[in-house]
Amino acid sequence: MDLHALTIHQLHDLMDTREVSARDVTEAFYRRIEALDDRVHAYLTLTRELALEQADWADHRRHTGESGPLLGVPLAIKDVICTKGVRTTCGSKILQNFVPPYDATVMERLKAAGAILLGKVNMDEFAMGSSTEHSAYGITHNPWDLSAIPGGSSGGSAAAVAADECAAALGTDTGGSIRQPAACCGIVGLKPTYGRVSRYGLVAFASSLDQIGPMTKDVRDAALLLNVIGGQDARDSTSADIPMPDFTRALAGGAKGLRIGIPREYFIEGIEPEVERAVRAAVTVLQGVGATAEEVSLPHTEYGVAAYYILAPSEASSNLARYDGVKYGYRTPQWSNLRDMYMRTRDEGFGAEVKRRIMLGTYALSAGYYEAYYKKAQQIRTLIRRDFEEAFRDVDALVAPVAPTPAFEIGEKTDDPLQMYLSDVFTIPVNLAGIPGISVPCGFSSTGLPIGLQIIGKPFDEETVLRLAYAFEQQTDYHRRKPPL
Amino acid sequence: MDYEVVIGLEVHAQLSTRSKIFCGCSTTFGAPPNTQTCPVCLGMPGVLPVLNRRVVEFAIKTALACHGEVVPHCRFARKNYFYPDMPKNYQISQYDEPLVSGGYVEIPTPEGMKRVRLVRIHLEEDVGKSIHGENLDDPRASYVDFNRSGVPLMEVVSQPDLSSPDEAKLYLQRLRTILQYLEVCDGNMEEGSFRCDANISLRPRGVWEYGTKVEIKNMNSFRNVQRALEYEITRQTKALDAGEKLVQETRLWDANRGLTRSMRSKEYAHDYRYFPEPDLVPLAITREWIEEIRRTLPELPDARMQRFVAEYGIPEYDAGVLTSSKTLADYYEACIKRYPKPKVVSNWIMVELLRALNRDGIEVEQSRVTPENLAELLTLVDDGTISGTMAKTVFDGMYETGKAATDIVQERGLRQISDENALVAAIEQVLVNNSKEVDEFRAGREKLLSFFMGQVMKATQGKANPQAVNKLLREKLAGKEA
Repeated sequence: MDLHALTIHQLHDLMDTREVSARDVTEAFYRRIEALDDRVHAYLTLTRELALEQADWADHRRHTGESGPLLGVPLAIKDVICTKGVRTTCGSKILQNFVPPYDATVMERLKAAGAILLGKVNMDEFAMGSSTEHSAYGITHNPWDLSAIPGGSSGGSAAAVAADECAAALGTDTGGSIRQPAACCGIVGLKPTYGRVSRYGLVAFASSLDQIGPMTKDVRDAALLLNVIGGQDARDSTSADIPMPDFTRALAGGAKGLRIGIPREYFIEGIEPEVERAVRAAVTVLQGVGATAEEVSLPHTEYGVAAYYILAPSEASSNLARYDGVKYGYRTPQWSNLRDMYMRTRDEGFGAEVKRRIMLGTYALSAGYYEAYYKKAQQIRTLIRRDFEEAFRDVDALVAPVAPTPAFEIGEKTDDPLQMYLSDVFTIPVNLAGIPGISVPCGFSSTGLPIGLQIIGKPFDEETVLRLAYAFEQQTDYHRRKPPL
Repeated sequence: MDYEVVIGLEVHAQLSTRSKIFCGCSTTFGAPPNTQTCPVCLGMPGVLPVLNRRVVEFAIKTALACHGEVVPHCRFARKNYFYPDMPKNYQISQYDEPLVSGGYVEIPTPEGMKRVRLVRIHLEEDVGKSIHGENLDDPRASYVDFNRSGVPLMEVVSQPDLSSPDEAKLYLQRLRTILQYLEVCDGNMEEGSFRCDANISLRPRGVWEYGTKVEIKNMNSFRNVQRALEYEITRQTKALDAGEKLVQETRLWDANRGLTRSMRSKEYAHDYRYFPEPDLVPLAITREWIEEIRRTLPELPDARMQRFVAEYGIPEYDAGVLTSSKTLADYYEACIKRYPKPKVVSNWIMVELLRALNRDGIEVEQSRVTPENLAELLTLVDDGTISGTMAKTVFDGMYETGKAATDIVQERGLRQISDENALVAAIEQVLVNNSKEVDEFRAGREKLLSFFMGQVMKATQGKANPQAVNKLLREKLAGKEA
């Protein structure tokens, strides 16, 4: 039996019936990582010793009669989430030796649930990118085609899940960084509503947009993970005081009677025909199980990317100011005075894309430009949120592509930031509106690369999103296919 | 030319909450460096601020005491600039949506009470402290202590309503008194818990437009605020009289050299790139909350002064002095609770206690004479144990040692001699030794009575009860043989 190929709920069942132990499972994943990660390069840090300790502890808990969906389940964590005592680099040289003395809230919750940390996985530096090419620690490869990007910024998480180098992973999504890599790697990726999951311990890129979410092998696993990591947290004032349902209960609801909207503006020129075909076929599948579909309009969609590239860099320019060589992380070896130390540290510590965004944001917030850029972008954000509110008067969820194209080739867009930014044209509005969105596999391109279907829901209505995604998944087998590694 | 002085003050008051504004760390002053810190106030990656509601409550209290308007919704903003003692390289502050707008503080001027209007009151976090110096491990390096990082600050911004350094000082004293009465700030300028920046400009009398304004920083006492403003008035007057154009700039007060010097001009002013703090949700303040806080407001200085006049029958001047600080007023009331002669206590506090405190430059809370001990001292005078003159000596002893009045009296053998037999013996000896003066007295030189008094006091080392001596002397001198 290939333990590494199993989902969270499958592993749980096996461990609960004592057919395998958490230690067996954990060791199986490390064997898999050893065999494949030279080629995929998903992991930045492995925590084998700690993981085996956690596995033994999970086995002990199970022997004392405990059970739980995540007890003894090995996970990969995006390297932007703080892990106590385990190096957290954010894919950046400036945090090359940063070991947090605290756990992110999601890590505390995972640990309490008995999950096992296999290691930390690669990402675009500070989550800025759509290809994981902007990491200071090398490129991650798409398990379906090693010459292709895995998407980003949670490319390490997506590749690790797709390559069966973990049971599931956590990613983060600021403009599409969970959904787009999930689509590129043929897995499930859920970006919860802003405020559903605590951001405490998530190293901030754009605070008003960032959200942690599950990246899994099927929809049930996404629901299981969200059950554990979600819920209000006293340490995050922006986390919402909204009840947490058991999301797995929503799965059985089926698509029957649900009204789905197809946003006209998401089928624009530039979208690859194969992608459009796969998404439209998915709509037909959902209709086949009782959903009704209608076209809706989100008229301000075209301004989303522009507004995002003002707001996210503005917040980032401020969030990343703390990396100055004074307190932790990288400090330039030689300097002549304080200002020189700041400049050299940041010049040497940050990569090109991060610097580009710090400059964008600094400019947008500057006196004399604030009104024209930041203020205006906030107004667009409001309009985009209203677009969704308007659409949700008539439908329960929206169905759209995740990205205009399947995974592109490594190096294809690194010289053209604008083309790279457009990879997120269909995911960014969801972040701007703060609503939940999921990516589920809905087909393959002629070259064998996965295509993702995006399902978007009302604020805090992850249940409908998961329910539709599950209904679709039940009708298809895309999520069961494995990359040819 | 004759210029009108225009001054506005920005006060930064450290709020005396037990924990910091955005984390649970202690705010105690003077702990070893970096022992009162956590990932949040160190600005480590991924951490988030959580607003301390007590801090908001303290600011609302202040707003109510200063007649300001507490807005129903306000927001925090990030003020971005690089500084090594600021862990995030931005300060969480308030910008275009402060918690309180308007309000006023009244100050006593020679022309009567003057109303100094407030622009706003807002909240922010304090930064850490850079330490340089030769006593450190590496004298060439700078060190940073983040204990102060995240201590809550309340900024109170006045309108440019002040027209002299004296008024500026009065305003600061009044504001500080109010904050102390509210128990929201200890008001200690030396420890930096009450700091002030000043904006000052001059305009020819009668001209409506403001002149070029200069901001002065680094004044750490009321005296220095006054001196810095006086210096600046002289400097600006000279410049204007000479036809020079002043530049809008920030100047630092150098207390040692007694002058201000330019720090940065307007062209080099920071662009703080303010934007709404995304890690905190907008702050909503309900009417009910404000009313709840209003019910906890203590008696404020003006009300307390009027009550002192009415209830204790002391002069308005005395009441003003005694209520100028909450601790002093508390001290006074604690004293008269045990010794209910308000005017006597008032005299003792204003003459003896304040003289000693002012001489040593310390506050009443640091006084070693407790109100209980002072009351006891006055009781000893009343019951004749010691004389009024001796009481001053005893007070000095109490002030030096912190001991109770009876202990000082005991130790130094200062108990007054009221026993008639003992006094008669002493008096008779004095009259025998000074028979010539006795004759003169009896011949009509009654002034000599004080001479005999002095002789008796000398013979008893000052311990004789003056009233008793007086009575016995008169008896002995009036005819009866010596």
